[in-house]
This record gives sequence, C-alpha cells and structure tokens, in this order.
Amino acid sequence: MHAELGDFLSEIVQNAIESGGDVIRVEILQDPEHFEFIVSDNGRGIDRSGIERAMNPFYSDGTKHPGRRVGLGLPFLVQAVQAVEGVFEFESEPGKGTRVRGSFPLAHLDTPPLGDIVFSMVSCLAFPGTFEMYLRRTKIYPNNPKASLDYTIERNELLDALGGLETPGAMALIREYIESQEEEYGQIDLR
Amino acid sequence: MAKLTLDDLRKLREEKRQALEIRETDNKTIQVIVGMGTSGIAAGAKRTLNQFMTCIEQYNLTSVSLRQTGSIGLDHAEPVVEVKMPGMPDIIYGRVDPEVAKLIVERHILGKELVNDHVFDRPAPDIVEG
Repeated sequence: MHAELGDFLSEIVQNAIESGGDVIRVEILQDPEHFEFIVSDNGRGIDRSGIERAMNPFYSDGTKHPGRRVGLGLPFLVQAVQAVEGVFEFESEPGKGTRVRGSFPLAHLDTPPLGDIVFSMVSCLAFPGTFEMYLRRTKIYPNNPKASLDYTIERNELLDALGGLETPGAMALIREYIESQEEEYGQIDLR
Repeated sequence: MAKLTLDDLRKLREEKRQALEIRETDNKTIQVIVGMGTSGIAAGAKRTLNQFMTCIEQYNLTSVSLRQTGSIGLDHAEPVVEVKMPGMPDIIYGRVDPEVAKLIVERHILGKELVNDHVFDRPAPDIVEG
C-alpha cells in the first residue's frame, strides 16, 4: 500500500501515460478539508466488464506486464479511499479514454500524509514519452484568498524551454519552477 | 522567490548548458533508470529518484540521464534501479533507498566500483520475455 497521497497520484498518472493516449489532463485540487486529483486520458479505455476486472487486485489485462496476472494500482486507490470515506470515480470508454477521480478528506485519521506533492508533479511531468500533459494545480482557502493558488503547467512548453526532461538538471529546474508557482503567495499548508 | 516564467527556465537552462560545456570532457552517456511501478512507488522509489536528481546535480555530472520506467522486475527488492555506463557492466541494484542512491552515485558512477550489498540479478525471464 502506498504511504503518501502523492504516490496514488503518481500511480494513476502512470496508468494514463501507459494508456496509449497522447493527451493527459491532471488536476490536483486542495482546500482546507480535501485533497483530490482527477486524471483523464484519451487512451484506449476499457468497457464495463473491464472496469469490474480492473478493480480486482488479482487481475491485469496482461498488456502492461506481459505474463503477469495481477494489477494493484487501482485497487490500492479504491481501498485507500474507502478506508477514509472519500470519493472514488472511474469512467472509461473503449477508444475514448479514462477518467479517474480520487478525493480524500484531510481530517480523517487514516488519510495518508500528502507527501512531497511538488516532486510528485515533477516525476509525472518528467516521465518518458511523447504525450502532452496539462497539469492544473488549485489550492482554495476561502478564509485566506491570498494563500489560494491556481496555475496550469503544459508539458510541451517545459519540453520546449528545457530541451529534454530526462536529465537531473532539467528535473531540478522543473522543481524550481513549480516551487516558485507554489510560493508566490507564501507556503501555507493547513495540515 | 519571484514566480519563474518559461523564459526564465530557458535562460537558466542556457546558463547551465554553457557551464556544462566547459567541464564536459567526454560525451559518454550514463543512464540511471528508476523503476516506478506500483511496488516501486510503494517502496519509496520517488524519494530515490529525488535523491538521484539532487546528488547527480551536486556532483555536476553532466552526461547522466535519469529516467523513470515501469516495473523493472525484482519486486521483492524495490526500489530497483538500473545503471548503465561505459566501462562497467549493466547493473541492477535493489533496495535503493536515498542513502544507497547516494552511494551508487559516489561509488559506482564516480568511483567505478560496485555497491556490492545491493547488486541483484537480472530480471526474471517472465518480465523480460512476456
């Protein structure tokens, strides 16, 4: 089981990258009560019976790891969300794509810690592949609008600015870039 | 810290590249590949990746690429990392926490010596051949 919320995010984003699609949208939303992410892709998608099977930890379609029959990614998320009475949504259509939403109440004792969300974003953006990724990050604090954030990062723009994303130097610059977006209004984390 | 723009990133990259070109003596590429499958992530592979990024930057190693991949295999020994470089055999390291990641940079990449306690076998055949 994953130790941090950022780990669930990485896992679901990786599924999207491996879905065969070329456009991935990631939304990371946070308010004083919740942490949630929505990941959608335009990849191969799965049908209704496939959705049921994907929730079964003892099933994998065999394309990700040929010869293997287990896939724990989605079941991990389902289990973690259920344990804290959060929200899990999964929509998928063959040939059109998949959308996964996981929402965690931050006050629940069993909600895992956030972890290093900035580095989770870096690792999602730097994952090898030729896909476009739109990563939108929103933090809403109704009682403290100055601490609120809303920005979007486009992977192709980073690629254009940095020339490549698979070097430690490029990854460090992406981290610096994201940290600067996060710090504009002061780093406020209510957890 | 002021908010960085994409143009700032371009400039930073250019500054870095100019500094690197002076130091670079050979173009031989070193590859560090971190397994980021389910079990890798669960075992803390992201912290390992972060440490490689920081450490390789600190030592100004210019010809190292840092890639993430799905499961490399050897799930019992996660986080698993493969290192390929000229003059050394391709090695798969297991149980690579941030401390071991630092050792790999210092001993394997800089010192051309294996980090013996963490050398694992090649992946199981079912992972390689399907």
